[in-house]
Formats: sequence, structure tokens, C-alpha cells
Amino acid sequence: MSAPSYTLPPLPYAYDALEPHISKQIMELHHGKHHQTYITNLNAALKTQAEAVHTSDITSQVGLQAAIKFNAGGHINHSLFWQNLAPASSAEAKTSAAPELIKQINAIWGDEQAFYDAFKTTLLGIQGSGWGWLVKVETGKEQRLTIVTTKDQDPVVGKGEVPIFGIDMWEHAYYLQYLNGKPAYVENIWKVINWKTAEERFLGTRADAFKVLRASI
Amino acid sequence: MNSTLLRTTAVRSALRAAAPSSAARAGIAGTTFVRGKATLPDLAYDYGALEPAISGKIMELHHKNHHNTYVTSFNNFSEQIAEAKQKNDIAAQIALQPLINFHGGGHINHTLFWENLAPTSQGGGEPPTGALAGAINDSYGSLDAFKEKFNAALAGIQGSGWAWLVQDTQTGKVGIKTYANQDPVVGQFRPILGVDAWEHAYYLQYQNRKAEYFKAIWDVINWKAAEKRLK
Repeated sequence: MSAPSYTLPPLPYAYDALEPHISKQIMELHHGKHHQTYITNLNAALKTQAEAVHTSDITSQVGLQAAIKFNAGGHINHSLFWQNLAPASSAEAKTSAAPELIKQINAIWGDEQAFYDAFKTTLLGIQGSGWGWLVKVETGKEQRLTIVTTKDQDPVVGKGEVPIFGIDMWEHAYYLQYLNGKPAYVENIWKVINWKTAEERFLGTRADAFKVLRASI
Repeated sequence: MNSTLLRTTAVRSALRAAAPSSAARAGIAGTTFVRGKATLPDLAYDYGALEPAISGKIMELHHKNHHNTYVTSFNNFSEQIAEAKQKNDIAAQIALQPLINFHGGGHINHTLFWENLAPTSQGGGEPPTGALAGAINDSYGSLDAFKEKFNAALAGIQGSGWAWLVQDTQTGKVGIKTYANQDPVVGQFRPILGVDAWEHAYYLQYQNRKAEYFKAIWDVINWKAAEKRLK
């Protein structure tokens, strides 16, 4: 009847490290409260699910799936998100930290600016809560890069998909600082993308990208 | 739909030329119908009038910025869809549908929301009477039991959305329904009372403590306005 219990992964930097682009207050609430709540609710749902499995209660198991997907998605997305951000002044926040990834980005979108423009347009087109991701999709020996959006906390976990970096477009990710100025948030968060992490995920496997989750059990 | 939702272009331009500040108050007197344009409706109370339940700053941003963006975007995409119709461009018309739904829904939802809120000095929070009180008691036993179920529905929204007390146009019964993003209450159900569960509706004041917002908003619910929507 035992279920794994997840814990909040520590941020790889201080709460104020992303200022002035993302305020300390936002980071504290976002990590300490929002992310923690997804974990708390995920653990509760997994515990109930383990009991339902134990008692062969199939209807309860199916009934729990939406809560598990939402809260596990919230945990997965935020865990990946913290790692794919870095202080603006750091070497990680420069695209030079991702030579191979940038090479492929340029091959697809033309140049970094065109890629950014496409990403920004996609992010601003999200209706309601959701995320924008750069995703590596592997099909057999082929691999391609694509920009995708996911609604609410749907995670990027499809077959062959490796999330390279994600941007949280929930209002709680920016509202205290940017209010309804969503475009300014997108412009500024772009300055704190951790391109080193992005490069590692691009070159690595799916399991590598998700290893942060194993560490939070 | 509500008369504050649509006004004519002709009236709008006349008013814009005369006195822009009074534009939102006049309106329905237009006779020559050119093409309906949505406009931001005035609030029936001051931005700060719903405090402490909802802060004046939230109300101002929510009305002047968020709602207004839905209005201008809806008008913009309505124009585009009209052009696509003229050109018989079916693909473009279909591509524009989600944008019409989202921005038109945002306009409808917020317009209804402002109306079903009121400062306590104007009856906000006073319990429903008459047919609506009866319908709620029939379905939920008591107003408190209803509020509890409504707040549970609000808390259960995954992402952005709204919770509504709706009336089923087939059975006449009332019930609680949640809608994603800006999906409006249309079709089989009639909106009676809505609560905005988007983070922008409460975040500046309540941050992640949304349960406190859901609890406080009952102090400024305009049940009289809700009653008028029941048929």
C-alpha cells in the first residue's frame, strides 16, 4: 500500500537571484507555496491511488487520474522550470552555453531572433493557464525541435519527447511584478534562461532530463 | 444578451467625437445599425467599493485592463471574421472561432460578473429571496450548503476558469458548473451568478491563498442581480 512521497526540490539559486527579471517575492511564493501545493496534493492522490490499487478498486483509480495528472504535472513542470532558469549575469544565461542546440535552432528557425519571435508569439497565444516548451522529439533515428504549448499543468511526457526548456505562463508566475503586462514578462524571462541546462537536455536522454524528479522522492 | 454588451459603431463614433467620458453611459439609443461593436461597460460602483473583499487595485486592473483587452480583441477578431465571410474563406473563419470564443467569452463573463457583485452598502452579500432562494434550497438544502459546494467547485478548477450558478433551460433547475478559461455559459444553461477563478481576479491581494478569496467574495455577491437572471 506504500506510495512514493515527493519532496520540494531546492532551488539551484537564491530566491532573489533572478532579479530584476523575476522578483524575489514571486520566486518565494512560486517555489515555496505553489510548487509545494502540487507536491502535497500529488502525494495525497498517490496514497489514495495505492489504496485503490490494493483493494482492486478500478473506478477510484480512474477517478484519481485527473488529480494525479494535474498535480504530478505541476511538480514535473516546476522542477524542470527552476533548473532551466539562471541569473542573468551568469555564463549559463548566454546562448553561447548551448552551441549544439543553437546550431539546430538556427537550422530550423533561421537565427536566434526568429526563434525568439516564434516562441514569444506562441507563449502570448496561450488562452488561460499553461506553459510553452521547446521540445526535442525523437522518432527512431530522427530528431527534431518544436515549440509546443501545454494547458494548465499538462506535462511534456509524450513518446520520444524531451523537454529542453519551459516557460510558465500561469498568471502566478508574473502577476505581482508585471500585472497584465504579459509581453514584458516574456521579454525578461528570456534573459534568465539557463542555456547550459538546455544544452544538456538537448544532448542527453529523456531520463537525464527527468532525473531531478527521482532526486525529489 | 445584455444590452450593455453591444452598441452600434455609428453611436460609438458620434459619442467619441463629442464626449468620450460619457460614451459608456449612453448607447442604446442608436437607430442606424451599422455593425455591433462591443464596448467596455461602466461599473455600477467605484473600484474601491468592494473592499475589503476585493481591493480597488484589483478591480481597476481587472476592469480597465483585462476586461478591456477582451473587448478590443473581440472587436478585432470580429472584424477579421467578417472579412473572411465576405471572401468566403471558410478556413480563416474556422481558425478565428477559438479567438471569438475566448475574447467574446471574456467580455460576456466579466460583464455578468461586475453586475453580480455589489458593495455591501448597495446590498452586496444580502441573501437571495423569492424564486432563486427557493431554487437553491430545493437543490442544496440551504444557502450555506450551496456556498460550500460552490467554493469546492471553484477550488477544483485546474488552471484558469469560472464557476457559475446556472439554470438548466430544459428543466428549470439550478446547478453549479465550472468552465475553463473564458468559455461562456451559453446553450443549454443560463448564467445566474459567476465567480472569476482566474489568478488575476485575486492574486494581488490573496496570492496563493485562493480559498480566502472564495470565502470573502460572498460578502459582495449581488443576489438581486442574480435573481433577475432566473426565469
